[in-house]
Amino acid sequence: MDGEADGTVGMSEDCGPGRRRRVHGMLKLYYGLNEEGKAAEEPESLDPCDINGPHFDPELYLNKLRRECSLAELMDQETCMVKQIRSLDSDMQTLVYENYNKFISATDTIRKMKNDFKKMEDEMDCLSANMAAITEFSASISGTLQDQHTQITKLSGVHTLLRKLQFLFELPARLNKCLELQAYAQAVSSHRRARCVLQQYSHLPSFKGIQDDCHAIMDKLAQELRQKFRDGGSSAKDLSECVELLLQLDEPAEELCDKFLSHARSRLESDLQGLEAEIRPYPSASAVKDASARRLSSTTGAGSLTNNSPKTNTLPSPTSNTDILEFIDRGCNEFVSSLCLVITSYQELFINHAQTGELASKNIPQMANAKLHVFVDDLAARYFSLVERRIQEEKGVGDNSLLVRALDRFHRRLQAVAKLLPGSTVPNKGTEIVIRAATERVKQYLSALQSFYMDSLTDVRQALATPRLSVAGASVAGGGSLLGGPASGRDAPTSLPELLSSLSASILNQIKSVLASVHLFTAKDITFSNKPYFKGEFCSQGVRESLVVSFIKFVCQSSRQFCESAGDKGGSTPPALLLLLSRLCLDYETSTISYILTLTDEQFLVQHHSPVTPVTTLCAEAREAAQKLLNHYVKVQGLIISQMLRKSVETRDWVNTIEPRNVRAVMKRVVEDTTSIDVQVGLLYEEGVRKAHSSDSSKRTFSVYSSSRQQARYAASYTPSAPMDTNLLSNIHKLFSERIDIFSSVEFNKVSVMTGIIKISLKTFLECVRLRTFGRYGLQQIQVDCHYLQMYLWRFVSDENLVHFLLDEIVGSSAHRCLDPAPMEQSVIEVICERG
Amino acid sequence: MEDDAPVIYGLEFQARALTAQTAETDAIRFLVGTQSLKFDNQIHIIDFDDENNIINKNVLLHQAGEIWHIGASPADKAVLTTCYNKTSDSRVVSCAAVWRMPSDWETGSHESPDDTAHNPQILELLCHLDDSAHGNAACVLWEPMGDGKRVISLADNHALLWDLQESSTQATVSSTATLEGKGQLKFTSGKWSPHHNCSQLATANDTAIRGWDLRTMSQIYCIENAHGQLVHDCKVKFWDVRNVQEPVKTLEEHSHWLVNCKGGRGGGVHLLHLDLQNNHF
Repeated sequence: MDGEADGTVGMSEDCGPGRRRRVHGMLKLYYGLNEEGKAAEEPESLDPCDINGPHFDPELYLNKLRRECSLAELMDQETCMVKQIRSLDSDMQTLVYENYNKFISATDTIRKMKNDFKKMEDEMDCLSANMAAITEFSASISGTLQDQHTQITKLSGVHTLLRKLQFLFELPARLNKCLELQAYAQAVSSHRRARCVLQQYSHLPSFKGIQDDCHAIMDKLAQELRQKFRDGGSSAKDLSECVELLLQLDEPAEELCDKFLSHARSRLESDLQGLEAEIRPYPSASAVKDASARRLSSTTGAGSLTNNSPKTNTLPSPTSNTDILEFIDRGCNEFVSSLCLVITSYQELFINHAQTGELASKNIPQMANAKLHVFVDDLAARYFSLVERRIQEEKGVGDNSLLVRALDRFHRRLQAVAKLLPGSTVPNKGTEIVIRAATERVKQYLSALQSFYMDSLTDVRQALATPRLSVAGASVAGGGSLLGGPASGRDAPTSLPELLSSLSASILNQIKSVLASVHLFTAKDITFSNKPYFKGEFCSQGVRESLVVSFIKFVCQSSRQFCESAGDKGGSTPPALLLLLSRLCLDYETSTISYILTLTDEQFLVQHHSPVTPVTTLCAEAREAAQKLLNHYVKVQGLIISQMLRKSVETRDWVNTIEPRNVRAVMKRVVEDTTSIDVQVGLLYEEGVRKAHSSDSSKRTFSVYSSSRQQARYAASYTPSAPMDTNLLSNIHKLFSERIDIFSSVEFNKVSVMTGIIKISLKTFLECVRLRTFGRYGLQQIQVDCHYLQMYLWRFVSDENLVHFLLDEIVGSSAHRCLDPAPMEQSVIEVICERG
Repeated sequence: MEDDAPVIYGLEFQARALTAQTAETDAIRFLVGTQSLKFDNQIHIIDFDDENNIINKNVLLHQAGEIWHIGASPADKAVLTTCYNKTSDSRVVSCAAVWRMPSDWETGSHESPDDTAHNPQILELLCHLDDSAHGNAACVLWEPMGDGKRVISLADNHALLWDLQESSTQATVSSTATLEGKGQLKFTSGKWSPHHNCSQLATANDTAIRGWDLRTMSQIYCIENAHGQLVHDCKVKFWDVRNVQEPVKTLEEHSHWLVNCKGGRGGGVHLLHLDLQNNHF
């Protein structure tokens, strides 16, 4: 069974695909397809077991099937294959049948077409015969109509000529009528139409007559137009129409330009006069001027920079009724917009218009343009001078936004002119005005800041003066007790740090608000802020240098002035103010200056194209000022105490005095005052370093200063035999002791300040003692006084030896100036001093 | 002079009176008056030899008292004035007098310089410039470039113009001016202006400088708080008498005719400083 099945399958397979493949190959040859192309497309078909592949090998396939499949599978395979063979056979039969049918129908169609073409040829012959007949008829018809057509053409020509002639004859009348109706435009256009013809035929008398008539009428018309133009009462639109017509009438363009501009000028000038009227009252009447000057001086005297806006609002324009914004608005709306209108219509008439027509050849646009530039420049210059005058009246610095807005509007509106007149200098000049106004503003702010600073100082001065009185009273009242000094002194100076911080804060606030005001000039929505000046120079030179740096310099400068005029004005400066200012300048050096400048640089994004003052320079200046002030403070306080000591030495008869029983009151006063100065300085300055001293310096050092060295000096001055030795001894002593620089600079701390003051006081004491002559008790009183000072002053100074040395000198000098130098017992001195 | 080292001369006693002897035209000569409560005071005559940069000195005794001010006559190089303190009976009185140096001091000193130190010659008193009505004399001023006949003495709050007669042996007060004001005003120093025909005087009291017209003996200007310093701060202010509002110039460590009246308080050390400066002038 197997074998049979195999045989049939093998046979059918053997012949079917083999033949088909051969046919396939021939077709492929016919269509130019090669084996390679196919092989490339279907590489898998190389498989000899692929039943549809070209390399199919039935033997191999069979063997494969037999090897791999079970019987059942083989059976299934067989049935499947049989089914396929059958379907393939039926498909082939259908195809053959269909092709046969199609071939039959094609043969039928070709035969039918042959018959139809024959019939069509006949009809075409008939058509060409008919067309020949039609051509013949048409030629005969046009031949008959020829004559009549020429006649009609001629007649219509005559008709138009007659119409034209009629127009010409009617022209004078028509023109007259137009003139009556003031329809100038119509008249001119009519005349233009006729003008050439009349000119051409003017040798004929009749035409000549018409031409003359027309001329006469047109002259009259031109006259009227000129009159109208000259009257100037008409609107701009009428006017431009007028000019247009005149131009068409061959009026000289230059003259028209001049007339047009002069007319425009008169109107613009009235605008300018209106503007001027707003600022006029100021310079016109001298009485007003005086009054305003008085008002100005009185306001500046009162201190012009203030935070309260009502005051400053009345200030800026004491002479004009409108504020600057209104003024500029008016200028823009009236003058600038009329100017723009004039420029536009002028350009329309003389430049754009002329460029198209025959006028262009006569260089009229250039001429007209030049005239326009001169005109605009001239008027703009007058406008600018008015604006500048008005801006100069803006002196109040309360609200800057109004001015900035006004300037912005001013500048913005000029851009219209720039657009209309490219190449005009007007916008640049406008920008210059804005720049000038801005610089002026910066100056005003600087002076405002300066006067604010001075006013603040006056306030501080007053604040210091009021409680100081009470201190003086208190210390006088409680003069007895030592503790009374500092206790009463605390009253007034507690406010000293507060005063300092409030002064510092208010200055800083003021600077900030000024910066904010000035910052408006560079705001993004302001048209001129993107000008190079406002991006660069205004920020660096204007705001940073002229405003901020100048102000800081001013602060330092004015502080220094308090020290320099020691004689007259300096004397009236309260010492506490000197101390406070010194601390202020020191704070500026350490932080405030760099803070302010950083703030400025950040706000204004200053790019330093030009060299600017570095922070370090300003800091150095502030430090120098602080140093000077503190030195001066030391000097002033030192001199106040010196004064007491000097009077106490000068006014006493030291030769005839009683034996000392008490410390003199003035010494107690000196100690009290020194203590309250110590408290005052301590409020603003740090303690500072002092050399270490023992737990009971007053005792220890006292014994030192009246020790053997002192005794040796006394002994030397007693010994009559050796005057040279005294000198030598004291000189050697001086060589070995430290030289004391009385007016040396002090450091920024309390101890150094107190040391300076005490040095000055004791040195004065010493110098005064050297001018006097003492008796025995005089010397002893000095001893007691010096011991008392020793007990209390050592604690204030950096190096207590300094106090010892100076007091030692004082006692030594008074012993030297003593007629009967018998010193008091140390123990007695101590008892007197402890008794107080 | 500037190139040479400073020349230093030591005194036995403290001193604060110094003057240049203007009548001496041949030598650079200074007079120094000493202050001592215990010993006889001296007047040192110091000649500076600027060619050899050395100093020659002579000493004269001034036994009347310690010298606070000294002035040399512009006409006679042997005549000088001093203001001195006299202590008697536990009272200190300031006096002024005109003195003549002994005629042979110069020759004596050159022959035996050691001698003068041990046995100095004594000044000869010409006359006292004392007027009991007019307090303690602070200084005596000679008329600059004058004939040595007119001096002014400042005593407390009075300025007295004296005429010297009979070879300076007699002095009479020709006119006086008095400083009026609150408190105890006291002239401390003064200078006779060489300008305006020697008709002006400048005086110092406290911290004010005043100008006086000697023809009328009345005050013509006043500079309040001109220096105001109680301890000298090494500042010297130059004033223009035509404009007394501001100092013309403020210098440190220099001296001038109008204000050097304030110098010399510092005793010996400072004195030598002044000495040097006067050499410059």
